[in-house]
Amino acid sequence: MATIDISQVSKIYADDVRAVHSVDISIKDGEFIVLVGPSGCGKSTLLRMVAGLETISEGTVKIGDRVVNDVDPAERDIAMVFQNYALYPHMTVYQNLAYGLKNRGTPKAEIEERVAEAARMLELQPYLDRKPRALSGGQRQRVAMGRATVRKPAVFLFDEPLSNLDAKLRVTMRGEIKRLQRRLNTTSIYVTHDQLEAMTLADRLVVLNGGKIEQIGAPLEVYHAPASTFVASFIGSPAMNLVRGDLHGDKLAIGPATLSLNGFAPASGAVTVGLRAEDLRPALPGEDVLPLKVDYVEELGAQRLVHGQVGDQPMTAALGPEILLSETMLLAIEPNRLHFFATDTGKRIGEASPRSFAKLPPLVAPVVMPTA
Amino acid sequence: MKRVQFNSPYLPYLFLAPQLLVIFVFFYWPSMQAIQSSFYIEDPFGFGSTFVGFSNYSDSLFNPEYYLIAKFTGIFTALVTFFSLAIGLLLAVKADAVIRGSATYKTLLISVYAIAPPVAGLIGMMFFDQHIGPFVKLAAVFGWNMQVGINYFDTAFAMVVVSVWKQIPYNFIFFLSGLQGVPVSVREAAYIDCRSGIRRFWTVIMPLLAPTAFFLLIINVTYALFDTFGVIDVMVKDKAANNPITLVYKVYMDGFRGNDIGGSSAQSVILMIVVFAITIIQFRFIERRVHYT
Amino acid sequence: MYRTKFADHLVLIIGALFLIVPVIVAFMTSMHTAAEIHRTGLTLMPGDHFAETYTKVLTQQGGFTGQITGARMVLNSLILGLGFATGKIILSMLAAYAIVYFRFRFATLAFWIIFTTLLLPLEVRIMPSYEVMTKLHLTNTYTGLIVPLLASATGTFYFRQFFKSVPEELLEAARIDGAGPIKFFIDILVPLSKTMIAAIFIIMFVYGWNQYLWPMLMTTDESFFTLMRGIKQILQVWVGSQIPDYNEAFALAVLAILPPVLIVVVFQSWFIKGLTESDK
Repeated sequence: MATIDISQVSKIYADDVRAVHSVDISIKDGEFIVLVGPSGCGKSTLLRMVAGLETISEGTVKIGDRVVNDVDPAERDIAMVFQNYALYPHMTVYQNLAYGLKNRGTPKAEIEERVAEAARMLELQPYLDRKPRALSGGQRQRVAMGRATVRKPAVFLFDEPLSNLDAKLRVTMRGEIKRLQRRLNTTSIYVTHDQLEAMTLADRLVVLNGGKIEQIGAPLEVYHAPASTFVASFIGSPAMNLVRGDLHGDKLAIGPATLSLNGFAPASGAVTVGLRAEDLRPALPGEDVLPLKVDYVEELGAQRLVHGQVGDQPMTAALGPEILLSETMLLAIEPNRLHFFATDTGKRIGEASPRSFAKLPPLVAPVVMPTA
Repeated sequence: MKRVQFNSPYLPYLFLAPQLLVIFVFFYWPSMQAIQSSFYIEDPFGFGSTFVGFSNYSDSLFNPEYYLIAKFTGIFTALVTFFSLAIGLLLAVKADAVIRGSATYKTLLISVYAIAPPVAGLIGMMFFDQHIGPFVKLAAVFGWNMQVGINYFDTAFAMVVVSVWKQIPYNFIFFLSGLQGVPVSVREAAYIDCRSGIRRFWTVIMPLLAPTAFFLLIINVTYALFDTFGVIDVMVKDKAANNPITLVYKVYMDGFRGNDIGGSSAQSVILMIVVFAITIIQFRFIERRVHYT
Repeated sequence: MYRTKFADHLVLIIGALFLIVPVIVAFMTSMHTAAEIHRTGLTLMPGDHFAETYTKVLTQQGGFTGQITGARMVLNSLILGLGFATGKIILSMLAAYAIVYFRFRFATLAFWIIFTTLLLPLEVRIMPSYEVMTKLHLTNTYTGLIVPLLASATGTFYFRQFFKSVPEELLEAARIDGAGPIKFFIDILVPLSKTMIAAIFIIMFVYGWNQYLWPMLMTTDESFFTLMRGIKQILQVWVGSQIPDYNEAFALAVLAILPPVLIVVVFQSWFIKGLTESDK
């Protein structure tokens, strides 16, 4: 149990290549932090610096009250779960679990107790005598987690632990990790490139891009109020639609369409507008309309993804399966569900509105309108 | 074997023919000869040979001189194997750990592989030469009057040093390759689980190096038993008299110098059996070699 | 991750020096005169007699019959090395191809016949091998020097391992494309094996060049002497001489060392690949 303070941390390689730029993250005791971002964004490097597997070029990392920059990994009171499990191939599951404790001089009886407990928690009892090569991927992953939990460290570090598992297993293991962390209440840093994993597991998300932090916040916060176009398009599936628009007074022009904003316009001039696919709905009579010329449709069962174009810009809408499709769908969106970003920096313009309290309009019968 | 294979009736035989022919003429035929002549004593004037059953064997095995040589061979093999493996391993571990200059170290350490045993012996001879050898001068500082070529122990010492020197690169290459085969993430996991580098080495790295180490053990034993012929021949300078020699050298001495074909053949067969035993052990263990992946 | 300490470099430096210094000393010392060496001992400093000594060693007619020159010995070693490497590659590639890619009755038997040659190194059967050579009138010939050495399994095993690692799909695709066994071998397998061939060639060349015992037995005619034989020669002449020709001995040693070491160093990565990827 400990806080983690990452302060102005950078990783600089030879010839001045910066993998991590002056990152600041303050993690509370017991918090589950997820570092998420595309490949090469520096998330793994950052994690490994906290672990001690990479040297810290600039800045300090504190675990608890201790600055650990020069402390060996084995002395930082951390445990790590690797992407490819990194189990000791020549040891049995029991020995794998016991190894860390043995090296710390833990008495045999206590080792047995702790291993038994971890095995119980992760349902590993039948496998204790097996070697890793006799286990399936999911089982190996659980052993890897068991190895981390027996140590009862102050911090858990996860380096894309689910990437090597098949899709179905990933969902199950995700749940197990969440439950485990809740139960043990250990401060955790979890690295993934999968935004869904990030959203479901995190207490707070850290979105990284090119070695820099794009946004830190609770999942819903990041989802509903992305701080930049990068975050907006990275978090959420399908990705947020980002189109060019023009603000004039109270009106927003997107291609051929004009929407009234009812006082929600934060600025004026050219902007990048963000619209979530699920926020688009068939327009009610009298509403401002976004005409979506349909290209193709993806059936997901619970909903449909309708891909098409508004003017010359691509857009996708997520609609319920009961809504009738036509060549051009006339869609509308609540003004308070629009996101605005600066065209040059990609940064968010204006405050996020109180999403969680915005009520959805009532579901109405589909309206088929003649094409304009 | 591959699932998909050709079914040609004569082609495989055609392809195998050259290799098999060479093997029959130059391996099986001489080997049979060796076994056969081990049961005969050849008349020194070439007038024929007499069948003597196993007496060549008993003459050799119960000969005190043979016993002495066998003893030396055993100790020599043990020392050379141990030191060349240990030093090779040490250098490989360090070369693996170091980043800067590792390419240079590697090149330097590997280059000596290509030096032939007799050449190594020649250079060694110089270094241990009574008049000009630096080792001799160094030993004199400690009061050790080294007389390589005359004193049994000194010559033995020199032989061991030279043989180890020559073999280090080979072991280095294989150990380094083996180390680089240990997955990085396993090493990192060990780094987190264990403070002490030495403990990490013995509990995690060595077990994973075991297959390589075992393979090298057999190779090194074979090297010490046979390939060191060149070193010994050069250092002994044909004056085997008081000098330490190995069993294989005795085969040569008795056969070519002493003209004792029967005895030499018997010794050959004895060595054949030793090698046979070693190879069996090797293949049984390598088959059961623990594959961890 | 692992913080390298100065001690690590120290170990490596000492190790490298231990291995390299004798060779450097041999080279440097060879450049002095024998008398100088006898006086001052081995040295790390280069001498002035480089050209002189080496030309002497290369061109001087020496030996008992006064016919053999250093240059000739270099040539013989070269022939042995190249001949052996080439022969080995051809024989073992063909044999390995037959064993891996053909289904025929005596496949297992052939495999074991070849395999058992690993059990007996040459040193153990020198006497009878020599007799066989005499019977066949192959002493003092290049054939006699090279061919018997080909009677071993190492090359075949290397290639067998390698062929087994070639994906099956390639053969299947080739068959569909109408390639018979010979075409498959020449058009597909051989080109694929290029790096392996290079690696094995290097290893075998070094092996052949460094051969000592066999050439010693096989060649009594001095014009066939290899460098290794020459080295033994020099030592035989030493015994009983006042001041041994240290410099010439060293020069000869350097000549014997240079080609294989150069090849191994320049083609390091191939050589290592060949060596380690084919451990039995």
